[in-house]
Amino acid sequence: METPELIKDGKRLDGRALDGLRPIRIMAGVLKEAEGSAFVEWGGNKVICGIYGPRECIPKHDASPYKSLLKCRYTMSPFASLEEHGRSGPNRRSTEISKVIREAFDSVVMSGEFPKTQIDIYVDVLQAEGGTRIAAIAAAAVALANAGIPMKDMISGVAVGKIGGQLAVDLGKAEDNLGESDMPIAFTHRGKEIVFLQMDGKLTPEELSRNIDAAMEASDKVYALQAEALRKSYDSEGGQELEM
Amino acid sequence: MGNEARELVLKEVNRELLLNLLAGGKRMDERGPNDYRQVKVQKGVLSTAEGSALAQIGDSKVLCGVKYGEMTPFPDRPTEGVFMVMAEFLPLASPTFEPGPPSPESIELARVVDRGIRSAEVIDTKSMFIEEGKVLGLFIDLYVMDHSGNLTDTAALAAAAALADTKVPRLEGGKIVRGDYTGPLSLTDKPVTSTFIKVGDKILLDPLRSEEHAQDCQLTVGTVDGYVVCMQKSGSGSMTKAEVMGCIDIALEKGNELRSHI
Repeated sequence: METPELIKDGKRLDGRALDGLRPIRIMAGVLKEAEGSAFVEWGGNKVICGIYGPRECIPKHDASPYKSLLKCRYTMSPFASLEEHGRSGPNRRSTEISKVIREAFDSVVMSGEFPKTQIDIYVDVLQAEGGTRIAAIAAAAVALANAGIPMKDMISGVAVGKIGGQLAVDLGKAEDNLGESDMPIAFTHRGKEIVFLQMDGKLTPEELSRNIDAAMEASDKVYALQAEALRKSYDSEGGQELEM
Repeated sequence: MGNEARELVLKEVNRELLLNLLAGGKRMDERGPNDYRQVKVQKGVLSTAEGSALAQIGDSKVLCGVKYGEMTPFPDRPTEGVFMVMAEFLPLASPTFEPGPPSPESIELARVVDRGIRSAEVIDTKSMFIEEGKVLGLFIDLYVMDHSGNLTDTAALAAAAALADTKVPRLEGGKIVRGDYTGPLSLTDKPVTSTFIKVGDKILLDPLRSEEHAQDCQLTVGTVDGYVVCMQKSGSGSMTKAEVMGCIDIALEKGNELRSHI
């Protein structure tokens, strides 16, 4: 297959500018059973998140007398990609992503308020088009807030990187696969602390610095959408009708 | 309280509550005994799958994704394509669903939905032959996302709607060209199911989760227009023949109502 030109006349494959985000739609409180939930459509990604807890910690010997145990399970559906039918359930990739997402939220969830319990973040990627972990983080942050779990700050992120020799924000699937570098990153909103960071590719420190600045700016736009979704959920008694 | 202990308590509490309500001619919500909750179907919700649908009955939500693959045929049917139904009870769907291998309930649900589609012969598997030793496989995945009762009907509806939304991929040199389709999947009918619970001597269609807690047993009747295509009794109680026949009559009528949403 011929490699498409990722940037042409300053525009990307889907017509976006280098610092442009894909269209993002966020809904809070879309599930009835879960204590908090969110649906995020981010470009071609569709992600759903449900929160349970604080609830009894299982197995009991894992329970901490000082804080709630945060758990995260990120998985990809077997129909999430245009290619082959995948396998459902966790694999090595999703296990790693689950761990780093959990650690991102460990830094903001006020788990000390709920000793001996656990809080479950279940996040399922229903459709994937590059940047699923960032969409998952956006969904999880909204779902935790929707569940009423106290957090010190909100988390928002974006994947930045280098494509066709230039720095770009919010890489899509083709850009992720064919570009030079991919760096998903997430910040606390007020503190602007980095709570999630992965990177692959080859970038200079200067490029990295510019990438982080660009990501911070884009994350603020994501935050505005997260806040708006939460505000809307309160207008409708904490729940919105799921529109996929 | 642990999840299992919680379920046990809910079973006791909800059974007593429901029996009292039923004695006064009521159920847990404002519906009559043979009414469905609000039914909603959104088709074509995923662009990565060859077919998809989100079905909602009340607050219960099941997403179905249909994917094609290339497969080796079964030795006894070398010229026929293969389809399979799988169900995933996502932990986000209920406080009682936990991560791990498929539960007996999720396997049962997938198999009941599978039997409806299979017995109704809605898919022409002969048209899925590619070449000797190679056929098309159709993966029908059911993702349970919100469990407010009657998952079986919600899942069967999602599957029927997703199949109605399915596009057949174009083949080139015996291989699937992803994202390129020759046309819609030809279906002879839309099999759906109607599920009833028995509580004492009362029978209720489309049980809520809280009503399922109180059930003696459950009966699922799969239909296409005018025919029953599968049945499954589940749970430890029993039903009389008259009760079963009564359920079948209602299922045939309600099946058409469900199909109208696809």
